[in-house]
Amino acid sequence: MDLLNALVAILNYVVIPATAYGAQLALGALGVTLIYGILRFSNFAHGDTMAFGTAVTIIVTWGLQAAGVSLGPLPTALLALPFGIAITAALMLATDRVIYRYYRKVHAAPVILVMVSVGVMFLMNGITRLLIGVDEIRFDDGARFLITAREWRDWTGLAEPLTLRSTQAITVVVAAVVVWALFWFLAKTRTGKSMRAFSDNEDLALLSGINPNRVVAVTWIIAAALATTAGVLYGLDKSFKAFNYFQLLLPVFAAAIVGGLGNPLGAIAGGFIIAFSEVGVTYAWKKVAGYLGYNADGLLQLLSTEYKFAVSFVILIIVLLFKPTGLFRGKSF
Amino acid sequence: MSFLDASGMTGGYGATDILHDCTLRVEKGQIAVIVGPNGAGKSTAMKAVFGMLRLRAGKVTLDGEDITALSPQERVRKGMGFVPQVNNVFPTMTVEENLEMGAFIREDDFTGTMEQVFELFPILCDKRRQNAGELSGGQRQQVAVGRALMTKPKLLMLDEPTAGVSPIVMDELFDRIIEIARTGISILMVEQNARQALEIADTGYVLVQGANRYTDTGAALMADPEVRRTFLGG
Amino acid sequence: MSTRQPDAAGGGKLRAPLLFAAMAALIVAEGMTSGWNGALVILNMGLISAIMALGLNMQWGYAGLFNSGVVGFTAIGGLAPVLISMQPTPGAFSAGGWGVLLALVVAALAIAAAVWLNRHLTGKAKGLSIVAVLVVGFFVYRWIFDPAVAAIQAINPASQGYLGGLGLPVMLSWPVGALLAALAAWGVAKTALGLRSDYLAIATLGIGEIIVAVLKNEEWLDRGVLNVTGIPRPWPVPYEVDLQANPAFVQWMTDWGISPVTGSTVLVKLLYTGIFGVVLAVLILGAQLALKSPWGRMMRAIRDNEVSAAAMGKDVTGRHLQIFILGAAVIGLGGAMMITLDGQMTPASYNPLRYTFLILVMVVVGGSGNNWGSVLGGVLIWYVWIKAEVWGPKIMHTITMSLADGPLRQHLYDSAPHMRVIIMGLILLIVLRFAPRGLLPEK
Ligand SMILES: Nc1ncnc2c1ncn2[C@@H]1O[C@H](COP(=O)(O)OP(=O)(O)OP(=O)(O)O)[C@@H](O)[C@H]1O
Ligand SMILES: [Mg+2]
Repeated sequence: MDLLNALVAILNYVVIPATAYGAQLALGALGVTLIYGILRFSNFAHGDTMAFGTAVTIIVTWGLQAAGVSLGPLPTALLALPFGIAITAALMLATDRVIYRYYRKVHAAPVILVMVSVGVMFLMNGITRLLIGVDEIRFDDGARFLITAREWRDWTGLAEPLTLRSTQAITVVVAAVVVWALFWFLAKTRTGKSMRAFSDNEDLALLSGINPNRVVAVTWIIAAALATTAGVLYGLDKSFKAFNYFQLLLPVFAAAIVGGLGNPLGAIAGGFIIAFSEVGVTYAWKKVAGYLGYNADGLLQLLSTEYKFAVSFVILIIVLLFKPTGLFRGKSF
Repeated sequence: MSFLDASGMTGGYGATDILHDCTLRVEKGQIAVIVGPNGAGKSTAMKAVFGMLRLRAGKVTLDGEDITALSPQERVRKGMGFVPQVNNVFPTMTVEENLEMGAFIREDDFTGTMEQVFELFPILCDKRRQNAGELSGGQRQQVAVGRALMTKPKLLMLDEPTAGVSPIVMDELFDRIIEIARTGISILMVEQNARQALEIADTGYVLVQGANRYTDTGAALMADPEVRRTFLGG
Repeated sequence: MSTRQPDAAGGGKLRAPLLFAAMAALIVAEGMTSGWNGALVILNMGLISAIMALGLNMQWGYAGLFNSGVVGFTAIGGLAPVLISMQPTPGAFSAGGWGVLLALVVAALAIAAAVWLNRHLTGKAKGLSIVAVLVVGFFVYRWIFDPAVAAIQAINPASQGYLGGLGLPVMLSWPVGALLAALAAWGVAKTALGLRSDYLAIATLGIGEIIVAVLKNEEWLDRGVLNVTGIPRPWPVPYEVDLQANPAFVQWMTDWGISPVTGSTVLVKLLYTGIFGVVLAVLILGAQLALKSPWGRMMRAIRDNEVSAAAMGKDVTGRHLQIFILGAAVIGLGGAMMITLDGQMTPASYNPLRYTFLILVMVVVGGSGNNWGSVLGGVLIWYVWIKAEVWGPKIMHTITMSLADGPLRQHLYDSAPHMRVIIMGLILLIVLRFAPRGLLPEK
């Protein structure tokens, strides 16, 4: 029985990766939930928006690197991120102006808007491919580790290694700052409150003189910022590949629904629930069990990693069956 | 000329007219009450006055100014406040935020107005940090009225403010409405509780099938045996 | 759906025949310019796309149900030719087949028990016992499943390593593919229907990805990413080499002045065209009859006004369940036919953009709710999808003419085939905006 090493193993292989992944999902789900709350449809283009924002950020990163600009130990992509956000936001606003606005005007049913977002998904997917191709790209530079396995061993003398990659730490810090800023914005600023009011009761918001076009525009800008940040953090942590971003749609939506569509707090909780379940279920627990005094024959892996999407799906189904409004009661800011 | 003069309103939501040559007038600082059976078009008439309905005919003037072509938002700026019959608060926002949203179009400092609303409805002050959706029906109606008061309207329009509240709370709400009228605000309201409402009404309108059936002072309508029999339940 | 587009019936009675004639002309032009073999390849896959579109049209067009998991229903339908028509792997069944089946039965029992407990217990005991049943069930399942799978996959892994099929005629697998897809659809629709319409969209997205993941990873079932090749052809389609070795055929072709090689490939494809055409005709007939029956009228009444239909006592969710399953079955049928045509099962090729969202474009462009529209949209959009891959570089060539040779021009040129994705997006958006009822509006 070696509790300490077991804990370190859990920390290293489950808690740290799942926390980083959860933060990325949470940011993605926040974007989805925000668009749902204000514009009232499920945006199928969100995964490809994340991909587009990341692609732009990567290109700007390359430009900065070529110009010799760097952030020292931090990845250059963080410097490029604001540019990526700005360009993505501009594209979203253009999309809204040219495409979505018309459907708001004619009060189209939500499912029609979902269909329209599929068209936008095609567009953004194609543009991303044109920009950067379909191959896997790594764009993290700067220091790779905050804690290396060797340092950890020297410090603690434990057999079990622990590493903390800088991208994981950056993910959590950036996500925390972004979430704090978003909640501050929604709770304290006039514009943020008007967005919540619009989400709560559109008719009354209009009667109160809240300008819907402004609310919608701000929503797209924030969604673009959240999607790009989520995408860049995910890409730094793992790698960028356009198709993987499309596939993130499922866990991101699952997180948003599990937390309650339209509820930002729920989106964050949902992101971490999905991430921890996914990592926990696909992690091979053999080693941990060994430390706890049980030597298993198999890997003690509940599901192979190829089935990680099944985890999001099962959680989604359970929530739909037992609490369709989500854990935090949906459609409420 | 009356402070609010909505005359000859004809129109509806689609092809068929709901309102037929309907006329509503309110004098400065007075209370006008609309009563009538369910589906008579009372709410529709309120929406028409507030510009939420396209009128085929008719004209609305406020303080002598023709506002027929203005949008609801513009009418708010002109001094109208409206409390809809349903969905009249922001349920997941606090009482205070609801009032703030009421004052959204105001550029100036509105803390004074908020204090006045809290004076009028002291319970709201105690619950200012609570979400409006978590309040009781009567408290929610107070939030709704308070929200509309935040723009300091000259005309306050209330669609069934006492719907679903207990008789005691109803009396209380009526007292508050009289208080509001005393400050010089004109009031146009729809009421299901016709007797009590007509008691405090300067003018009463009985609306049937989108048209004016009876129009008189509140007291006169209460005294009219015909009105009593058909609309006030004997 | 929206009823704008006043000129929807523009062209009147002639509209549909004209559009179909134009479609045929495109295929013929393709045959004349780049060869009949290529034209028939496009047409055959177009016909299969038409069948998939027909299935999706039942869900989206008749009932307004958004299915974003078409790729999954296509893939599970495609499993049927493997299971039905491949030869069984000798010894595989005795080695692990029973174990796998037993494990699946255990899993099904555990789920059934959990459902039963959920209905019959209350309070704390309910949650705990359900979790206990599922956990125990899962471990028993894995305990039986894992060794069985290992035993199967150990048999001749280079070319087999899976259970194989039943060795029956491949045509039998088509209805089986429909059935498999219907089962999957029942599972997902049972949970997600009756909730917000977006939930079905997300749930189907999930089931689609999971089915594809299963096909990619369960090697005992279909060799996963190792692919199953050599799926037999349906009667009466011969193999080209046999035709070319047949003196009568060679003579016949020579009489016509056609090279036997070309002749054999074209004949094979024509036979497929004929078979697919017959299946499509039967489906269209059935779909049209159904749509005109009281059942179809009720379906449309529900779609046009769900609230009032429910108020009139119609079981909206029940009807939706029916139509969703039916549509998925048709999609599964198309999936089985596609694998038969390809002669191989390559799970890694199931891409949602191509197999879900492209089919959606076909339905919308053809005209949501119109069966003939789905057929037209299926063939037409498939044609555009294939051709756009060629057009993309050409367009890009013209655009970049003025650019100097360099990395940018090369990059643009290399990525030009991706233009077709953008073209599809534009087509979908333009149709939704300016002709929401599609090329052949539903009457
Ligand atoms: N949004 C709408 N669209 C179409 N018709 C409507 C709408 N709202 C109300 N109606 C119709 O207009 C008529 C009048 O409705 P209205 O709500 O004005 O009645 P009311 O007098 O306020 O009734 P109640 O006492 O129940 O509030 C009714 O026949 C109703 O069906
Ligand atoms: Mg009313």
